[in-house]
Amino acid sequence: MKKIVELCVRNVLFVSAAVTTLAIVLIVIFLFRQGVGLFARPAVEEGFSLVVSAGNPVKKLTPQQVKLIFDGDVDNWSFLGGSHEPIEIYRWNEEIPVMNERSIAFIPTQYVSSLPGVRTVDMGRISPGDYFGGREWFPTSQPVPLFGVLPLLAGTLWVSLAAILFALPFGLAIAIYMAELAPKRIHGILKPVIELLAGIPSVVYGFFGLVVLVPLIQKSMNLPVGETAFAGAVVLAIMALPTIVTVAADALRTVPKAAREASLALGASQMQTIFRVTIPYCASGILAAVVLGIGRAVGETMAVLMVTGNAAIIPDSLFKPVRTIPATIAAELGEAPAGGAHYQALFMLGIILFFITLLISISVEIMSSRKRRQEI
Amino acid sequence: MKKMVVLLFVVIASHLYAQKIKGSDTVLPLAQKEAEIYMQVSPGILTTVTGGGSGVGILSLLEGTTDIAMSSRSLKYEERLRFKELGREVMETVIAFDALCVIVHPSNRVTALTRQQLEDIFRGKITRWSQVGGENIPVVVYVRETSSGTYEFFKETVLKYKNYMAGALSMPATGTVIQSVSQTRGAIGYVGFPYVNDKVKTLKITQNGKEYPVVRPLLLYYLRPAVSEVQSFVDFVLSDSGQQIAREMGYIEVQHEENR
Repeated sequence: MKKIVELCVRNVLFVSAAVTTLAIVLIVIFLFRQGVGLFARPAVEEGFSLVVSAGNPVKKLTPQQVKLIFDGDVDNWSFLGGSHEPIEIYRWNEEIPVMNERSIAFIPTQYVSSLPGVRTVDMGRISPGDYFGGREWFPTSQPVPLFGVLPLLAGTLWVSLAAILFALPFGLAIAIYMAELAPKRIHGILKPVIELLAGIPSVVYGFFGLVVLVPLIQKSMNLPVGETAFAGAVVLAIMALPTIVTVAADALRTVPKAAREASLALGASQMQTIFRVTIPYCASGILAAVVLGIGRAVGETMAVLMVTGNAAIIPDSLFKPVRTIPATIAAELGEAPAGGAHYQALFMLGIILFFITLLISISVEIMSSRKRRQEI
Repeated sequence: MKKMVVLLFVVIASHLYAQKIKGSDTVLPLAQKEAEIYMQVSPGILTTVTGGGSGVGILSLLEGTTDIAMSSRSLKYEERLRFKELGREVMETVIAFDALCVIVHPSNRVTALTRQQLEDIFRGKITRWSQVGGENIPVVVYVRETSSGTYEFFKETVLKYKNYMAGALSMPATGTVIQSVSQTRGAIGYVGFPYVNDKVKTLKITQNGKEYPVVRPLLLYYLRPAVSEVQSFVDFVLSDSGQQIAREMGYIEVQHEENR
């Protein structure tokens, strides 16, 4: 009887581990399958073509150039290597345009053949270079969407790094105080309060940030806008705090009493014991706390969406609005047509996020294994 | 006995005829209110209203999973093609108009802008309020996220299809636009008229010396010939009591001649 129960438990454990692993692998496969088709897509919106007159010397245009033309910022062919003629723009309004040698038109591909004397501009496909090295994110721009992830990547890294810089000293300080110094009564109050922070929905943090923090930052720093990377970092730091504190405090508590008492017996003060014995002993646990905190900050969506301003520009300081990758996915995925270029570009962002997290965990793995080797 | 069962089914079915309305989140509050009152005055007809966005509603109408599609934009070229391919004729009815208001911080001295100035501000060509007669503080531009119909509509009408500046701050909801504009001195943004409150100031927009209204129609799409239930709902919305609901909610009512 006992054997059968044991066997059952063993199988249940195995199955749950297998199912979880399989689910994670399937999710990763799904992520890649959705995103990877992006670079096989034409740069122009599907089903449409950009045409110019057959005699136009301009053969190729980059997506950035097309945006400049259709925004009216470049209005002469000579800027694009053509003749010194003004550019005339036609957008598709269900009429076949009357073309001349100065015009560029955006029309459904099926009508190209019915227009005499025109040539389709070679736009090529969406290139990885434009995607990973692009500085402009205009996913719904017509006729050519611009998917440049640099500003989003920069925004994510800025906010997460700043958040972890704010959260780490506070989080470790609270953890050390709670695990080593706090009297039982204070510990009993502090622990549930910190853990309560983790239970607050992120929208609440976001709204708190928008209504309280953003005006405060704006007034105290005399900034034109309060929605900045700084505001996002502070909100994220508060949100990452419970994770860092709980994990770090748990790690500190695993230090054997004997190690501490040996240190104290040798005449070390309590502070010396904490910083020379306890913390080095559980360094890998503290590192895990840091990583989990960073993970929380990198992936957080809603709170950041509300306080960072979401402007897709590469920030040059902490006090500028930024747009992060998770916020972009959350804000845009709902309306992006499934399977379209925009949809795939957003999944590609998910893949980037996946690799950031992977990189962090691998580096921590390496660091902690090196640490262990030193101890032996 | 069998007859009784069939009869019962027919009675229940006719009582529970559920009319489905789906689409734009902008039209949603109005359609919900209209449906609520409509169900009170004509018992026996169940009307369900759900959001999801203009595109979603139109797609559902194409697939036959909704009876009426709500939309804050007219049919796109591709969508009209698909209806034609399926051999379906689609009816468009304007049920009200939604005015977009350009809002600024209450302390802003500027009271009116031309359409061109507005375009330049949202395109990032004008960067300080002093360039349009205000204080010498930077302009902070708030827009909605790209998924919003309002974002597209403002881009098409005011910016004439040009792109917003890259540095524009994009907000996830109308409420957050109002909140941010009310607490940022140099802010400018746009929201639907029903959302405007005293925490922000609206600007007058002019073009060639005349007022330039940024108004969009709120539309219902349904297949023709219309089922009588659909037709009676549409008639109710366009009736005086239906239009009064729209007016009370802050929308602009439809002049009768426009629809007939």
